[in-house]
Amino acid sequence: MYSTAMSLSAASASASAAAVASGATASRPNAIRPAAGLRFCGLRREALGLRSVRSSPQVVAAGRSVAAAATAGNGAAGSGGFDYDLVIIGAGVGGHGAALHAVEKGLKTAIIEGDVVGGTCVNRGCVPSKALLAVSGRMRELQDEHHMKSLGLQVSSAGYDRQAVADHANNLASKIRSNLTNSMKALGVDILTGVGTIVGKQKVRYGKVGFPDNEITARNIIIATGSVPFVPKGIEIDGKTVFTSDHALKLESVPDWIAIVGSGYIGLEFSDVYTALGSEVTFVEALDQLMPGFDPEIGKLAQRILINPRKIDYHTGVFASKITPAKDGKPVLIELIDAKTKEHKETLEVDAALIATGRAPFTKGLGLENINVVTQRGFVPVDERMQVMDADGNAVPNLYCIGDANGKLMLAHAASAQGISVVEQISGRDNILNHLSIPAACFTHPEISMVGLTEPQAREQADKEGFEISVVKTSFKANTKALAENEGDGLAKMIYRPDTGEILGVHILGLHAADLIHEASNAIALGTRVQDIKFAVHAHPTLSEVLDELFKAAKVNAGDLHSVNEPVAA
Amino acid sequence: MATAPAPLSLSASTLPARLRAAAVPAGARGGQTRRGRMVVRAKIREIFMPALSSTMTEGKIVSWSAAEGDRVNKGDAVVVVESDKADMDVETFHDGIVAAVLVPAGESAPVGAPIALLAESEEEVPLALAKAQELANGQPQQAPPAPAEDAAATPSPPPSPAAAPAPVAAGTKGIASPQAKKLAKQHRVDLAKVTGTGPYGRITPEDVEAAAGIQPKPKPAAVAAASAPVAAPSAAAVPQAAVLPPVPGATVVPFTTMQAAVSKNMVESLAVPTFRVGYPIVTDKLDELYEKVKPKGVTMTVLLAKAAAMALAQHPVVNASCRDGKSFTYNSNINIAVAVAIDGGLITPVLQDADKLDIYLLSQNWKDLVKKARAKQLQPNDYSSGTFTLSNLGMFGVDRFDAILPPGQGAIMAVGASKPTVVADKDGFFSVKSKMLVNVTADHRTVYGADLAAFLQTFAKIIEDPESLTL
Repeated sequence: MYSTAMSLSAASASASAAAVASGATASRPNAIRPAAGLRFCGLRREALGLRSVRSSPQVVAAGRSVAAAATAGNGAAGSGGFDYDLVIIGAGVGGHGAALHAVEKGLKTAIIEGDVVGGTCVNRGCVPSKALLAVSGRMRELQDEHHMKSLGLQVSSAGYDRQAVADHANNLASKIRSNLTNSMKALGVDILTGVGTIVGKQKVRYGKVGFPDNEITARNIIIATGSVPFVPKGIEIDGKTVFTSDHALKLESVPDWIAIVGSGYIGLEFSDVYTALGSEVTFVEALDQLMPGFDPEIGKLAQRILINPRKIDYHTGVFASKITPAKDGKPVLIELIDAKTKEHKETLEVDAALIATGRAPFTKGLGLENINVVTQRGFVPVDERMQVMDADGNAVPNLYCIGDANGKLMLAHAASAQGISVVEQISGRDNILNHLSIPAACFTHPEISMVGLTEPQAREQADKEGFEISVVKTSFKANTKALAENEGDGLAKMIYRPDTGEILGVHILGLHAADLIHEASNAIALGTRVQDIKFAVHAHPTLSEVLDELFKAAKVNAGDLHSVNEPVAA
Repeated sequence: MATAPAPLSLSASTLPARLRAAAVPAGARGGQTRRGRMVVRAKIREIFMPALSSTMTEGKIVSWSAAEGDRVNKGDAVVVVESDKADMDVETFHDGIVAAVLVPAGESAPVGAPIALLAESEEEVPLALAKAQELANGQPQQAPPAPAEDAAATPSPPPSPAAAPAPVAAGTKGIASPQAKKLAKQHRVDLAKVTGTGPYGRITPEDVEAAAGIQPKPKPAAVAAASAPVAAPSAAAVPQAAVLPPVPGATVVPFTTMQAAVSKNMVESLAVPTFRVGYPIVTDKLDELYEKVKPKGVTMTVLLAKAAAMALAQHPVVNASCRDGKSFTYNSNINIAVAVAIDGGLITPVLQDADKLDIYLLSQNWKDLVKKARAKQLQPNDYSSGTFTLSNLGMFGVDRFDAILPPGQGAIMAVGASKPTVVADKDGFFSVKSKMLVNVTADHRTVYGADLAAFLQTFAKIIEDPESLTL
């Protein structure tokens, strides 16, 4: 108790110090920034403070804006007769990122949430799944007798308590949720409860479903309503034996044999969890190969490391046309049909089925019809600035859509980045987000991460635009730290332009790949070229030397063409 | 790993082609055909699927670097093979012409199977082709026919070997779990002939292992038994020596984790060469002592354990064990494990340092252990640290029995009931004394007959003059 109070007052002191420094008059308790640096999926580090550590201009700006927001929150109307400068519908990671940045920019901001703060990522996605994967990683290690023996360790047996594992995931989600809520409250963001509906230009109504009795006006509106698991027709969800990631994350059971429909990120991560906990897994994938979307070479190696040696088999090129939950003493039945001919191929009998066939936008009830916007397969159409397009293809002024709801790149941190980009624009700085600089990661053991183009995509673009590409690769077997950990399985590859040194894509499969990718994604975002970054120093021995290897192995013909340092546009 | 094609030499064998006669071409270009002085041999070599890793059982041809008709030199990479670990370039050992590719790219072949034929000269190419034809026809008789065909049928490697009855009817025969299928392929088990014992009659990995005659690896998970709700999903993974065919109409109750652990230990004990020595002991004085200390909470179990511990202190070899088959492991402590029957199983709480603690302290410890055992709260150290086991069935009136030595210990003592018996002393006087039979089972690798006899003699002396127990 005492320590909490202490740290709170300390934070408050630093906040008021900032306010004083900026010359603002008011320093309110709700201007407190959380002192702890927290990180979760896709959230920018600066979104949660740490800023006070950094040097002056931004601190000053932040201080002033907080004061402004605080004053406005005190009853003064938002500028130009609007209740708010910015209203965000949906308090997931995207909305949260946008809200924090908006406060920093001095905008009076409100966020409307109809469910729970944190959205999918925090409550039913990245966050709880990381808790389960943390368990699966350790189980895997402890069960791998060979691995343990080669390190000289003896472990007699590894067991787990399902409920305790499930609790860990649940506790993590609630912890992150309250962190998120507190960070917004502390900055003076108004959190409005209910379902938001756009009733007209710059006008939003919110409240309980069917009773949207509060109406507010906003200079700008951001739609950030996210997505829900997509369930193809023919599949009956009972939440017990046939379920989506929403249920699976609660880990109410560990079936002996589970079919996972879909072998993308979600399916792959769950296969890692379930096999570590003792289940056998059967993948059902509609495309001709597992893990579509990954660079083919990475996919192939991933299959060798993550699929073949595990208790997993798979059916590719097939649809699950009908899935019946277990009942009346019968197991779960999955009817498979050929993806092309639609002929019945086989019926699987399993103990459970996880539907991981992707996610569908959650955009119903937004009132888009009131402003002549038509969704496309549920997605809100947007331009490259995330501005919503109406049925006639014109941008709707002051209305933006970010995150899964626009479907550009369905990742939590992409939503947040889009939100920040939008806030930049509405505060007068044009900004176009380079989606090719957004990294993605799959938290299997070992992890997979990527940024930019895959090799085939790069080749296609190179053919079209008439430039050369080169590929360099390195193995984790060549990395001292990886060998020390006895985790030499893995590959990193970089696709780049030998003429300019531009990095087009980086793909990593190996120990801590998800943490390693950022050096590459930052280089792409900032336009850093291979010939420059190769001189950057990496601590030895660290896994980061895997990327160092790549940069040093790349051959750039640019001669003495030195850094142009222009960010590469999307 | 996948990126570093390691050149690997292949095993090629020379086979004297049978169609030798036809192989002698009239105007053969001398330099290319190698002729023996007496016999002319056409050289056709088989290129085998190499074993690229210790765990590789079959390999998939990723691509042929050399096409049919290509001339290759020793050391040239001719084929890229995908093993369970990586893609590797495989090079040839011999010069020659790739006459026939037996396993095209995309297909798999077991390690050691011919994947191409190499002719030494152009003249031998037709021979090689004939040979290839022969091999292709003979395919079904070849040792492992399945894998190549399997992979040929479906480029994306997948399951359902033989037994996939088209529309699955109610009797769900032939359904096998992913791991069961993998094992079946690895051990060449025909799933159609395996009876499934899993849920809904499905074939489990254990079924396949049993069919392949493999003793399943003892799963270590068993020991975690006592800590309550270990969700062991594959509880069926009980080590079994052999699986007998299921009995129709019988109820099958899977072992609990504890029962599985017992089963595993019992099976393991078969690997230990044991022998048994029995000894009669008069217990009148012990019974008297027992009556005296009973009000202080001391039980017979504790008295016996204490006596055994004191005897062990004088005979450390009986407290030793053989852990690796070539040495004695002398334990620094004397920890007496006492077998206790509990609901649906058996557990052996351990009285630690039984030689050092007095009987009152031991009694206190014992009470705690029993309480914990009933609540299933024993910690691994509480039941797995024994160096010697005591098993007492005397309370049932059993007069003697024979115990199985638990793995990791040198000896176990089986104690029968103490019964009034007519005995003759050395002067020929008859009297009635209480006598009990103890029977010790020991590992003969470390404990020899005389050791055990001497130990029992000491033990008997302590029991027959039990005052030292209270010291």
